[in-house]
Amino acid sequence: MIMTTTAQKVEAEKVEKDIILDIQELSVYYGKFRAVNGVSIPVERHKVVSLIGPSGCGKSTLLRSLNRMNDLIPTARVEGKVLFQGEDLYAPGADPIDIRFRVGMVFQKPNPFPKSIYDNVAFGPRINGFKGKLDDLVEESLRQAALWDEVKDRLKDSAYALSGGQQQRLCIARTLAVRPELILMDEPCSALDPIATLAIEDLIHQLQEQYTIVIVTHNMQQAGRVSDYTAFMNMDADRAGYLVEYDATQQIFTNPQDKRTEDYISGRFG
Amino acid sequence: MSISRQERNLAGRRRGDRIFGFVGLGATVLGLLVLVVLIVDVAKDGLPNLNWEFITSFPSRRPGQAGILSALVGSIYMLSLVALIALPLGVGAAIFLEEYEKRGWLASLIQINIQNLAGVPSVVYGLLGLGLFVRLLGFERSLLSGALTMALLVLPIVIIAAQEAIKAVPPSLREAAYALGATKWQMIWHVVLPSAFPGILTGVILALSRAIGESAPLITIGALTFIAFLPDGPFSPFTVLPIQIFNWVSRPQAGFHDRAAAGILLLLAVLLSMNAIAVYLRNKLQRKW
Ligand SMILES: Nc1ncnc2c1ncn2[C@@H]1O[C@H](COP(=O)(O)OP(=O)(O)O)[C@@H](O)[C@H]1O
Ligand SMILES: [Mg+2]
Repeated sequence: MIMTTTAQKVEAEKVEKDIILDIQELSVYYGKFRAVNGVSIPVERHKVVSLIGPSGCGKSTLLRSLNRMNDLIPTARVEGKVLFQGEDLYAPGADPIDIRFRVGMVFQKPNPFPKSIYDNVAFGPRINGFKGKLDDLVEESLRQAALWDEVKDRLKDSAYALSGGQQQRLCIARTLAVRPELILMDEPCSALDPIATLAIEDLIHQLQEQYTIVIVTHNMQQAGRVSDYTAFMNMDADRAGYLVEYDATQQIFTNPQDKRTEDYISGRFG
Repeated sequence: MSISRQERNLAGRRRGDRIFGFVGLGATVLGLLVLVVLIVDVAKDGLPNLNWEFITSFPSRRPGQAGILSALVGSIYMLSLVALIALPLGVGAAIFLEEYEKRGWLASLIQINIQNLAGVPSVVYGLLGLGLFVRLLGFERSLLSGALTMALLVLPIVIIAAQEAIKAVPPSLREAAYALGATKWQMIWHVVLPSAFPGILTGVILALSRAIGESAPLITIGALTFIAFLPDGPFSPFTVLPIQIFNWVSRPQAGFHDRAAAGILLLLAVLLSMNAIAVYLRNKLQRKW
């Protein structure tokens, strides 16, 4: 009889579950300050994972280490592993430019370029040397972002002529246009009104069929509405963020295993 | 405990406010007045002489026939060369300082140098131009020597303006480009430079307005004061507006003084239109988005 260790069992489960992104014991530092401490989260393909937790617990920091945006901050440093499709994003040969092409990101505030709607969506394909039919790619991306009908007659207009919610969907379309394998969203609705927020949430549901999404949200109802899995983070006395609990969203919200999660969910702190 | 009404001294503070308002107004009016007197004085002598013939004639020994054509064309030619030289150098330096070497001793050293260079008297640039371009490189007393010297003179202005414009590009736009897999250079070329362009352009035009009025460095490198032909290339001898004006002012005949006044008006007109273009372009380019 062959004894399987727990570690092996976990590995076997990951294969079975088709893990696209495997965060292993990840710590992120800004200089000497540890902002994220030993977080491990496996992310399943075609699922939406939300990161929740009090402000300053390192959600954005964690998210930005998943497409190496943290490289842009000179003091930032990472320990641990992030396996994306089996390859470590922080292995010596890993190329951040390639990683960011494959792992898209949507930011807290809509940040369209001061260009036309069309040129915003076409930006990623163009800089990555896309040779196919750009018009079709732009249309398809805008459709996927549920924005096509609103902008199809004014593709040449400035992106700044759109409302905040439309701008954020444009930013999503822009991200989709490079066909990322994984999409990171950092509080994408925090600058939007409730109606625009709902539009984005609907969109996330639709995108799930083709993409995998990791979303940071401040809003627990939102986590409940959009995500399959939820990671609850908290910070210790040194303000280092750590993972308290990671489970199916349903489980986290109805039957949390950790007292701190329960307190946070029920609004007792944070 | 609260602050008493007496302590607050509202009336006294309001009076101080008013007095300072008047002082400021006085200072402004004085400045404007001097400018108006100057312009009126120049216009009185210059306007009657400022006509098409004046603009299209070469200088002459006879004041009644002396025109400003060679100086006007020389100025325009030189400014174009200055722009051509200073724009890529200035923007390149600004990109290096803002995007590639932001920190570090090299950047600080260059930064301090640029600020100091901006304050160096223009005649010193003239001496540099004389030694470097006229003599060492053998460009003679040519338009090219003059333009290179002037380009060095205005380079700090262009660099600083371009740096400010680059700094003003929101970090969120840079992040957006990076997040789509852009390289640093792609980010700079497709995002930073287009956004910074209006600011850079304004800086270049302001730099050119500085260059158009400068005569000391050009006199130092030996620009001529009497040129009765148009420059036929960058190696041609040349003159420019301020030098021609200076030449006329220093003649004894009153007729030449009137020509000088007309030349000053022309110089002012060119200067003002350049600034107007700068403002127009900036507003137009910014309004687009
Ligand atoms: N660029 C940075 N340099 C230094 N410290 C930072 C930087 N960005 C964030 N931090 C710190 O890291 C911690 C986590 O921040 P962040 O990831 O933005 O938290 P969250 O997104 O959960 O609100 C905070 O204490 C914050 O002050
Ligand atoms: Mg955050």
